[in-house]
Amino acid sequence: MPSSTEYSPRTFRKRVSTYWWLHRWPYLRFILRELSSVFVAWFVVIALLQIKALKNGPTAYTEFQEWLRSPTLIAVNVAALLFVVFHATTWFNLTPKAMPLRVRGKRIPSLLIVAPSYFVWLAISAAVAWILLRG
Amino acid sequence: MLFSAGGVVAAMLIPVHLFLFVVAFPLGWLDGPSYPSLLALLRYPFARLYLFVLCSLPLFHWAHRFRYTLYDGLQIKHLNELINTFCYGGAILGTVLAAYLLWSIP
Repeated sequence: MPSSTEYSPRTFRKRVSTYWWLHRWPYLRFILRELSSVFVAWFVVIALLQIKALKNGPTAYTEFQEWLRSPTLIAVNVAALLFVVFHATTWFNLTPKAMPLRVRGKRIPSLLIVAPSYFVWLAISAAVAWILLRG
Repeated sequence: MLFSAGGVVAAMLIPVHLFLFVVAFPLGWLDGPSYPSLLALLRYPFARLYLFVLCSLPLFHWAHRFRYTLYDGLQIKHLNELINTFCYGGAILGTVLAAYLLWSIP
């Protein structure tokens, strides 16, 4: 524990419980938001497995697709999708807080900063979907 | 920096990829690209670069975020070195794997 000095008195610091984040809903929401990053990493795992299967030939790829159809994996991946969308929306909504922009001294309203992200998101998603669904 | 780049890539690109490949295609809602056409797509160098970025940057985003979640969430700062190795090491490992896989596609 730090000892008192002339300019920084020793303050009382309560030991924080390991389960502090369960005490209030906003805390839990924060932890869930940060945990969405785990599902982001999970996507990369799936993507790498998919690339590996593609590399190893049509049978490997079919097996991979079958594996993706198993109920456990569908359940995990639906959860992953929800968390990844949660990451995207919370990420976009944080942009105005991370980068407050001003024009001639007046702050630009948050909505004006957030909205373009959503448009770009929609446009990029449509482009990717179009490339993949063309076949 | 890598953290925010990873966050942006993850936010913009992962939802659509995830939705298509692990929900819509397996469940049969939409017809996915066939194996030959996927391989053909992968022949473009740009496609491989795109996939590399798609895999690598979000991993660093995860590494940074998960490290602090473990610190703050579980209050285990004393396991500092172990956590750092796991998180950033994992991200580097994934990046290397992605590079290797994408480089070695015929």
